Amino acid sequence: MSDIAKPTARLQMSVIGPVLALIVLIVAGALMNPNFLAWDNITNVLARSAFIGIIAVGMTFVITAGGLDLSVGSMAAFIAGLMILVMNSALPVMGVGVPIILLGMAVALAAGLVAGFLNGILITRLGIEAFIVTLGSMGIYRSLVTWLADGGTLSLDFSLRSFYQPVYYGGIFGISWPIIVFAVVVVIGEILMRSTAFGRHCAAIGSNDQVAKYSSVRVARVRLATYVMLGLLVGVATIMYVPRLGSASASTGVLWELEAIAAVIIGGTALKGGFGRVWGTVIGVLILVLIGNILNLTDFVSPYLNGAIQGAIIILAVVLQREAKSGT
Amino acid sequence: MKHFTKGLIPSLALSLALAVPAMAQDTKVIGVSIPAATHGWAGGMNYFAKTTVERLEEAYPQLDFVLATASDPAKQVSDIEDMVATRNIDALVVLPFESEPLTGPVQNVKASGAWITVVDRGLAVDGIQDLYVAGDNPGFGRVAGEYVAGALPEGGKIVVLRGIPTTIDNERVEGFQAAIDGKNIEIIGMEHGDWNRDKAFTVMQDFLSKHPQIDAVWASDDDMAVGVLAAIEAANRQDIKFVPGGAGMKEMVKRTMDGDAMIPANVTYPPAMIATAIEITAVGMVSSAPVAGDFIIGSTLVTPENAEGYYFPDSPF
Repeated sequence: MSDIAKPTARLQMSVIGPVLALIVLIVAGALMNPNFLAWDNITNVLARSAFIGIIAVGMTFVITAGGLDLSVGSMAAFIAGLMILVMNSALPVMGVGVPIILLGMAVALAAGLVAGFLNGILITRLGIEAFIVTLGSMGIYRSLVTWLADGGTLSLDFSLRSFYQPVYYGGIFGISWPIIVFAVVVVIGEILMRSTAFGRHCAAIGSNDQVAKYSSVRVARVRLATYVMLGLLVGVATIMYVPRLGSASASTGVLWELEAIAAVIIGGTALKGGFGRVWGTVIGVLILVLIGNILNLTDFVSPYLNGAIQGAIIILAVVLQREAKSGT
Repeated sequence: MKHFTKGLIPSLALSLALAVPAMAQDTKVIGVSIPAATHGWAGGMNYFAKTTVERLEEAYPQLDFVLATASDPAKQVSDIEDMVATRNIDALVVLPFESEPLTGPVQNVKASGAWITVVDRGLAVDGIQDLYVAGDNPGFGRVAGEYVAGALPEGGKIVVLRGIPTTIDNERVEGFQAAIDGKNIEIIGMEHGDWNRDKAFTVMQDFLSKHPQIDAVWASDDDMAVGVLAAIEAANRQDIKFVPGGAGMKEMVKRTMDGDAMIPANVTYPPAMIATAIEITAVGMVSSAPVAGDFIIGSTLVTPENAEGYYFPDSPF
């Protein structure tokens, strides 16, 4: 137990788990369908991962600091609805152009900030369990978007949608904007987690908030910051989401929160907090999205069983990682 | 107790009617219990339920309505129990969230002597309802299948997006498959899109990666058609000739009306069937016209020629 080689060996094994699972999936996909590694499919998969991925990066910080946020899927739906309403109503005044798109983006970011701030304040200042607060706000945002849409679907004005569309479908050098934004968010997140006081404070609070408190870490403030950051990232994800189909309804973003949490855990972040790995989260997101993609590209499994396969692979990926941890 | 009063009221009412005409206007209460507006079709159904109740309350002063929307089966059961306990309803119009959990509670309402109208989804036990109003799911698939077969006379390769795995979805797909049987049309891919735009978008992207040649897509629902069309547009594929919609969402009917070549037709599954059910129940309450039985609303083909009659700009769906 006390020799020096073991901790490094352990760390390496736990790192290998999710990467191994991802490699196995990619090889399996390539063997089953030649189109799997085609450029179009790769960009589809990466662009699709961007929504959950951007949110999951924020979730990594929340979970690392010992928190949880169940409201992100509903929040995304609500922000998307709000953004569409604001842009549609500003259309007669502002006309189609860059300013109205910027207005929509500003609304999304501001709404995300406020929503994250509200969650954070309730959790840190009133001391209510994160699970309860975000379960509550999850219901609130989901109802609000249903109400805003009058039970139907909110659709962006057609001319606006055509103008805004390149934000999802366009890009530079054949790489679409969602992928670029996702990559930027990941790089910033990785730096924040690894090399800043904020990242270290998150981990310290997650492993023991009392000790962190006595080590003069501003526990409430750091926790609040993780929720605000997550809210902001939900806003960023929504900015990418709205131009895709130009609509929001009660069925937008359903179960995104669980996908984001699953991705974070598959990636090696501890669910009880104390340790977080941003790049691991990226691997987790890719694993989740690839499973769906591969199942669609092959006919091996009855579509009724898609959920079962997904569930099994999620558990397997985590088992692989835990076994590797305790095995050595 | 209730059976006794039920038998008594008509004769009593008759004698009262002869004696004091004003007293004959005995107020009857109709309870309406429907799922909340959680997706497009349900949103439309809620809209039609509300407008119908408003119209009928105006038209028949002797009728009172209680409208409750439920977000899950348990809430719907409580709604119905409350209606019986606190409002003593004379009739119940119910669109069950799920058949099994609602069967017992509706049976209890029936036992209290109230009239039962069941809409869209049947109950697990036969013979509870007095009136059954529903859409035609096998017909929904059949009409779409016949359209696709007619529009591809040379035959062709198509992909199908299915809804949430349910009896409704199975009946539709079976109807569709029966209609294209022997017409040289091959279904090269079939996946669940769960009646959801985003899911349909991803599934369609993957279909496009998998199959280099697709002649048509049966999206089986207009919400899914939105996702399918966006995926086709993004991939810039020219091989897909058309995507017939389903359920008659107003935006899609508008596109058919305007002659959009990608959405040349739609098949109706009207959310307004709730209005039919409430209207017929009300007629049964206020008049002596017999209204018991089954009322199946046909799925009709919407084409550019008749689309105007199916376009409701005020409805949310």
